[in-house]
Amino acid sequence: MEQKRNYQILRVLFEKETADFINGKRMLLFTILIGLITVTGFYAAVSGLHAETAGSETSAGFLFLRLFTVSANSIPSYNSLMALMGPFIGIFMGFDAINSERTEGTLNRLVSQPLYRDNIIIGKFLAGLFITAVMVFSSGILIAAVGLISTGLIPTGAEIARLFIYLCFCVIYIGFWLAASILCSTLCRHAATSALACIALWLFCSIFVSLLSGIIAEALYPVDGNDLQSMINEVKNYSCQLNLNRFSPYYLFGEATATLLNPSVRSVNAVTVSQLSGALSSTLSVGQSLLLVWPHLTALAALMLIAFAVSYVSFMRQEIRSR
Amino acid sequence: MAVSEKVNVPVIRTEALTKKYGELTAVDHLNLTVQRGEVFGLLGPNGAGKTTTTLMLLGLTEPDEGKAMIHGLDCTRDSIRVKKTVGYLPDNVGFYSAMTGRENLRFTGRLNGLSGDELENRIDTLLKRVDMEEAADKKTGTYSRGMRQRLGIADVLMKDPQVVIMDEPTLGIDPEGIRELMWLIRDLAEQDGRTILLSSHQLHQVQRVCDRMGIFVHGKMIACGTLEELGTQIGHDGVSTLELSAYPDNIRLQDIIRGQNGVIDMERNSDLYIIHSSFDIRRSLAKELSDKGYTIMHLRQAGSDLDEIYRKYFEKAGEQNGAEKKLSDSESAL
Repeated sequence: MEQKRNYQILRVLFEKETADFINGKRMLLFTILIGLITVTGFYAAVSGLHAETAGSETSAGFLFLRLFTVSANSIPSYNSLMALMGPFIGIFMGFDAINSERTEGTLNRLVSQPLYRDNIIIGKFLAGLFITAVMVFSSGILIAAVGLISTGLIPTGAEIARLFIYLCFCVIYIGFWLAASILCSTLCRHAATSALACIALWLFCSIFVSLLSGIIAEALYPVDGNDLQSMINEVKNYSCQLNLNRFSPYYLFGEATATLLNPSVRSVNAVTVSQLSGALSSTLSVGQSLLLVWPHLTALAALMLIAFAVSYVSFMRQEIRSR
Repeated sequence: MAVSEKVNVPVIRTEALTKKYGELTAVDHLNLTVQRGEVFGLLGPNGAGKTTTTLMLLGLTEPDEGKAMIHGLDCTRDSIRVKKTVGYLPDNVGFYSAMTGRENLRFTGRLNGLSGDELENRIDTLLKRVDMEEAADKKTGTYSRGMRQRLGIADVLMKDPQVVIMDEPTLGIDPEGIRELMWLIRDLAEQDGRTILLSSHQLHQVQRVCDRMGIFVHGKMIACGTLEELGTQIGHDGVSTLELSAYPDNIRLQDIIRGQNGVIDMERNSDLYIIHSSFDIRRSLAKELSDKGYTIMHLRQAGSDLDEIYRKYFEKAGEQNGAEKKLSDSESAL
C-alpha cells in the first residue's frame, strides 16, 4: 500500500517535470541543439561518404553505420558532435533543477507534502533522462531513415543492433551530464553559479584532461632518447595517457562509440605486433564489440550513478528553509 | 465542534525541543502544547527560532534534543504520516510560475492522492473560499503577493489538514488583505475546527486572531497564554501603569491621584498622566474622581495591549541576555 502510494507520487512528480520540460522555453533550445547536431551530422555524412567510397573499395561493409561517423572537410561527424555538444543538453536540463525551486520558494512547499524527499530528485532525474532518450532516439532514427532514403543503403540486423546500442550510449552519456548538473544545482545556491560550474566541468573533461594526461604520462615515462628504456617507456607512456584520459566521460564515450560504430576496431588498448600475429583480418560481431566496450559502458553508467548519488545524499541532508 | 471537545485535546506538543546551529541555540528546550481548534500565535523578533520550530514540527529539520509530536506522532520519525494531516504555509510562499493557479493546486492535490472529480471539486471550492476564482487560470508568475498568499492558503487546504502551520502569513500584505486573511484564519479554526499555529512578528494582527500566544525570544518561550494572562504575568511583576486624563485638569486633580492608596509615582506626558502604582487602582480612582466632580476623558491600563506586553518581555529578555544579544543580531543579519 505504502509502496504503491510512493510509486504514484513518483509518477505525479515525473509527469509534472516532463510536462515542464516539454512546455518550457528550454525545449525550444533542446530542439534547436539536437536539430543542429542531426542536420550537421547528416550533411557531413552524406558529403563525406561519397568521397570516401570513391577513394577505396575495401571499406564497403557497414556503410550504413558510417552515416554516424563520417566527417567531411571541416564539418565534424554526428558522433563527434554528439560527444561535444550532447553534454549541453544534459547541463541545460539539470543546472537549475533544485536551486530554482529553492529560489522560487516552491521547494519548501513541496517537501511539506506527504512524500519522501528523494522522490523529488529522482523524479527530476528520470524526467530528464526520459526527455533525453526521446530526443536522442528520434534524432538517431531520423538520420537512419533519411540516410536510408537518400543513399539507398539497407541496414543489416547487426547494424541496427549497433545503432541501438550506440544510441543507448548517447543517453547514458548525456545522463551523466544531467546527473552532474543536478549535483551542481543542489550544491550551488544560484542557478548561474551552477551553470558555470557545469560548463567548467565540461571544459575540463573535453579539453584539459587530454592535455593533463599527456603531461603526466610524459613526466612519468619519458620517451626521449634511443635506449631500451625509452622504447619500453613508449608503451607505458601510451597506456598511462590512455588510462588517464579514460577518467573523462568525453573520452570514454568517444572510444566506446568509435568501437561500436566501426566493427573493424578490434582493440581499445595498445596492441603489440606479437599479439597481432595469427589474427584473422575480419570484422567483429556485435557481441564481441559490445564485450570490448562493456567496461566503458559500466564506467559511464557508474559515473552517472555516482554523480546522482552524491546529489541525492546532499539533497537529503540539506535543510530546506524559505528562500 | 462541541466546546467540550475543544478543551484538553493536545494536538501539537513539544518536549524540551532543542535545535543548535553550531554555537547558536536556535530553539532552546521548548515545551509547547496547542489544543485542538485553537489558534496559537508564536510571537518573536526575527531570528528568535520561530521558523526553526515550525520546520521541526514538520520533520523538515531534525531536532538535536527533545521531540515534537502532532496527534501523538513523532514529527521526525513519522514525518510522512504527520505531513498528511498538517498543512504548511511557508513565509513568502512560491508557486511554479509557468503554471496557472489551478494547475498548481491540482499538482498539490495529486501529490496528496486526490484524483478525478474529487480533486476538481475541491479545487473549485477552495478557489471560491479564498476568492481567487477570477485569477485561477492565469499564470502564477503574474500574481501579486497577496494573491500568492491566498492561493497558498488554498494550497494548504488541498489536503484537508487538521493542523495548519503558517509562517509569517501577514508579511508584505496590505492592510485590507491582512484583515481578510485574519478573518479567513479565524474561520478555519471556528468553522472547520482546524488547529492553527502561526508565527509572526507583527503583533497587532496576531492579537486579533489568536486564542493563545507564546512569546519567543532567543529560542526560549518566555511567556505563554491568552492576552489577559500575559498582561497579568507582567502586572504581577512589580508595577501597574495607568494612563489618565480628566476634566478639569488642575492641581487638585494631581493631589487626588497622589493621595490614592498604592500610587508610587506620577508623571505628566502632554495631556496624559502616567500613574505607576503597586496594584490596579482603576476602580478606586475612577470612583473617587467621579465623586469629586471630575469627568474622566481617558483611562487606560497600560500593559494590556500586546505591543506593550511584547516590549516589556523583550526588555526583560534583553536584561537577561545582554551579552547574547549581539550574537542574535549577527544571526538575523545572516
